[in-house]
Amino acid sequence: MLVAADWHIIWSRIFHPNGPFAHALWATIYISIVAQVLGILLGLVAALARMSRFLPFRLLSGTYVLIFRGTPVLVQIFFFYFALGLPNVIHLGVFNLTAEVAAGILALSINEGAYMREIIRAGIDSIDKGQMEAAKSLGMRSGLAMRRIILPQAARVIVPPLGNEFNNMMKTTSLVYTIGVYELFADAEQGYSQTFHTEYFVAVAFWYLVLTTIWSLIQASIERRLAASERGDQLSFRERLFAAWSPVTAWGRR
Amino acid sequence: MTSTGLVLGDAIMRATDVNKSFGKLHVLKDVSLEVRQRETVCIIGPSGSGKTTFIRCVNHLEKIDSGRIEVNGSLIGYREKEDGKLVEDSERNIAKQRAQVCMVFQRFNLFPHKTALENVTEAPVHVLGVPKDKAAEDAELLLRRVGLGDKCDTYPGKLSGGQQQRVAIARALAMKPALMLFDEPTSALDPEVIGEVLTVMEELAHEGMTMIVVTHEMGFAREAADRVVMMDDGRIIEEGSPEHFFQAPEHERTKQFLSKIL
Repeated sequence: MLVAADWHIIWSRIFHPNGPFAHALWATIYISIVAQVLGILLGLVAALARMSRFLPFRLLSGTYVLIFRGTPVLVQIFFFYFALGLPNVIHLGVFNLTAEVAAGILALSINEGAYMREIIRAGIDSIDKGQMEAAKSLGMRSGLAMRRIILPQAARVIVPPLGNEFNNMMKTTSLVYTIGVYELFADAEQGYSQTFHTEYFVAVAFWYLVLTTIWSLIQASIERRLAASERGDQLSFRERLFAAWSPVTAWGRR
Repeated sequence: MTSTGLVLGDAIMRATDVNKSFGKLHVLKDVSLEVRQRETVCIIGPSGSGKTTFIRCVNHLEKIDSGRIEVNGSLIGYREKEDGKLVEDSERNIAKQRAQVCMVFQRFNLFPHKTALENVTEAPVHVLGVPKDKAAEDAELLLRRVGLGDKCDTYPGKLSGGQQQRVAIARALAMKPALMLFDEPTSALDPEVIGEVLTVMEELAHEGMTMIVVTHEMGFAREAADRVVMMDDGRIIEEGSPEHFFQAPEHERTKQFLSKIL
């Protein structure tokens, strides 16, 4: 029972995090960000392939989504870790990645790309086809029109579900603990297995909550800015803060 | 001499026996039309007669099934193979041709994430490669010309329909097109702002812009057109000067149509 919990453990994990904890927190943050960014890029490529005139591209894009959206991410993580046989340490310029982290990021981003493809495609589809026609009638080629006219507008539609995806991503990174990545959940699990105090899980839940809350503030601010640039007005700090707590009004106000 | 006192040049646009179907619906039937430099041609006719589809073909926003459309002597949307067959041209060439034929749409289609000025500078900067500050200068002049010099930094969402359509006209003018196409430019507007858009278009016609205007505004056709073309059921059934059209139409269908609309 939480009432009888050892609050000391929870408080100390929250207010006096130790060295390994900081390392674990950082791992969770950068794995989430890198996997999400790669996922967005993959999703964009797949979304464009889906709209291609070239049939093999469309088929490839469809198969990709079918497989990676249709199988558990945990299975994918295990597959990439055990089947790929990555070298123990991968040197990427100034960064060194362990095989576990690399396989984890790979699996998460490829999985994420499949979901992002649908989100990006829906965003692009939501833009009135008159926009593409206007761009084309002004002599723009479809690539330029996509980049300058369609995607900036689609971004407004893409950002809210993208925010949910990233929120999910930060929590899903806990799964890479299973292939030996030392991230937030691994840190908690280690604390628990040494002491059998379940309080470690309460503390780690708190930290996930901190991450997702910070993100929702950032997301709301991005959404407000996108909406504002379209309306052409600026918002006060107070309005932005209010919007952060109320994602519904952020959209309802248009 | 045209009815607006301009001397017509050579043919800018020449459409020959254009056919187009949407599935089983045959919307353009052997349409042939020539438009000369500095000429303003109004296309009128009932809805579904193929007027809009025709000018969309001139901009290659629709493919055609047979026939040919030339602007400034070059084939639009297609290239001719050695055996005389037409195949769709490369995207690059189509884009190049479109840069000299600009369309003003019924629903404006302004870019909502860009200010009025940015809407106008977008294509000159990114298609023609005009330096940004030069493009901005030109755009300001164009916006002033359509009476919107004070709205440069306003987003389309804050403009009235009439203002938006005038920005769209400035946006098309910025490409210095050889031919401008207007697809029912006032049909989506409130009655009280139609006038401001028509005035701008009349000025353009008098200044010698070559224009094809699909419209239901008979006042505009009478005032600014050099020639009026009546379409019905995918065919051009009658064409002539506005005087001819509004005083002594020959075709039974034209009389019927005009009596309903005037």
